[in-house]
Amino acid sequence: MVENKKGYTIFLHTFMIILCVLCLLPFILLIVVSLSSESSLLTEGYSFFPKEFSLAAYEYLFASPTIYKAYGLSILVTAVGTAVSIAVTTLIAYPLSIKELPGRKFFNFIVFFTMLFSGGLVPGYMMWTQTFHIKNTIWAYILPNLIANGFSIMIMRSYFMTNIPKELLESARVDGASEFVTLWKVVLPVSLPIMATIGLMSGMAYWNDWSNGLYYVTDKKLNTVQVFLNNMLMNAQQLDKVSGAGLDMNALPSTAVRMAVAVAGALPLMCVYPFFQKYFVKGMTLGAVKG
Amino acid sequence: MNNTKTKNLMQKIKRYWPFYIMMLPGLIYLFINNYIPMTGLILAFEKYQVASGIYKSPKCGLDNFKFLFQTKDAWIITRNTLLYNIVFILLGNFLAIVVANFLNEVKRDVTKKVYQTVILLPYIVSIVVVAFLANAFLAGDTGFINNHILIPLGLQPVQFYRETKYWPFILTFVSLWKSVGYSCIIYLASIAGIDPGLYEAAALDGATRWQRFVQITMPCLKSTIITLFILAIGKIFYSDFGLFYQVPMQSGSLFPVTQTIDTYVFYGLTKNNNIGMSAAAGFYQSLVGFVLVLLSNLLVRKASEENAMF
Repeated sequence: MVENKKGYTIFLHTFMIILCVLCLLPFILLIVVSLSSESSLLTEGYSFFPKEFSLAAYEYLFASPTIYKAYGLSILVTAVGTAVSIAVTTLIAYPLSIKELPGRKFFNFIVFFTMLFSGGLVPGYMMWTQTFHIKNTIWAYILPNLIANGFSIMIMRSYFMTNIPKELLESARVDGASEFVTLWKVVLPVSLPIMATIGLMSGMAYWNDWSNGLYYVTDKKLNTVQVFLNNMLMNAQQLDKVSGAGLDMNALPSTAVRMAVAVAGALPLMCVYPFFQKYFVKGMTLGAVKG
Repeated sequence: MNNTKTKNLMQKIKRYWPFYIMMLPGLIYLFINNYIPMTGLILAFEKYQVASGIYKSPKCGLDNFKFLFQTKDAWIITRNTLLYNIVFILLGNFLAIVVANFLNEVKRDVTKKVYQTVILLPYIVSIVVVAFLANAFLAGDTGFINNHILIPLGLQPVQFYRETKYWPFILTFVSLWKSVGYSCIIYLASIAGIDPGLYEAAALDGATRWQRFVQITMPCLKSTIITLFILAIGKIFYSDFGLFYQVPMQSGSLFPVTQTIDTYVFYGLTKNNNIGMSAAAGFYQSLVGFVLVLLSNLLVRKASEENAMF
């Protein structure tokens, strides 16, 4: 029995370690390739153990202003988008959690219905480009992404309903605090976990967003890191197509540089998220089953 | 009587108006971002002309749908969307339950957290980065698989981006790889909620680990499993655009196995300039998707009412 238990423990950890290695290996390959010299990449392909290491890709990358601009724009879009998104979501979720609010059912339905039915890409694209003219502006990154649908509003509403004691709101009201002051001074301080969850999900969506760049941005000066990456991937594919017929490595960023940009795109979030993992996990458990 | 009603209403408005002000930005946003595009679905019944715009282009009845369903594309994109989703749902949930069960049995909290952090990493990077990762393994001339596995074994290198037969496996692998850390969280929470006394009692009775899993864990997970399955079925007409657009690197020769409704709508809108068919495919997706959400919710209510969305 004891032997059996030990065997099982070994099996369990072996399984988990293999899974973890599978999850990590591609990232390690990416980082190693970005640190390999161009000549070893061309002779022996992408390898975990290149003949020659080199920082040339990063030197090249950080010597050109493109990456700084892209980083700057990504950070700006993520910061502004996330802040506005949290604010708007909180402002609509809080009233919806007040049971006595006249018309609450109606407004709830308006929010909820966006989770069931959507117009899809084509009408949304037409509206944003023809009515709001967001093409090639910074708004293309911020506006379509602000609140995808009622999902985050519903999560926050149910958090308010289950975690804010009614007496707390009552006593604030008796003290003569306005509803805005109550929200700011009474509700928010006890709602930091859900704010972190929603903020993290929204921040991740903004930082990782490449599709709005694909739909709405053609101006190279307005590239975020992810859009920059996406453009390079498309170029890489053209490169792949002509590969037999002699490469022109000068026309495009070299292989290692492309991988270095991918590292630059993935790294910030990978470094930040272990610290927020708690909220991340919490938000998913909150939202995944119950809408 | 009427007077008191009016007075009551006045009082209510006086008491609640700040809440309506609070909701205003969100409601305006949802109106613009979510409700206006719903009216734009009318595009599917029009012969779109740029000069006339969405609402004033000439109507053409069901012509767009006729064209769409006369092509092979309609069948291919529907088949791909459905089959990939079915495979992802089945394998994804199976793997998630296995991993959640293992994670739950890891005794040390630190170890558990490390495992969980690592298997969540693929979930948080963008699909563009994932496409780069896949490319590092699959690229024809420099890829890891060709250079360091196939050639050393004396096998012919494979041009992955030109051969359709590998892609159902590649896409399934990438999808599972990216999502397992995320999907096991929900199961982990459910398993952690099971009363440990049940396991202790079963262990005293001499139940093996497998028996405990089958007779305690699985029955306790039943409602979570059913709910997640049915919710996934509600979304079975939608695909992860990034996965099918980025990971195959838009290789045209792979389209028979990589095109889904979402990528088809995108290509119709931007590359092929076939807005009519694109809008028709989008309408088809919205409508069938909506019906499926309603149906699946009906099923959830039958299975476990507290998990129904509405």
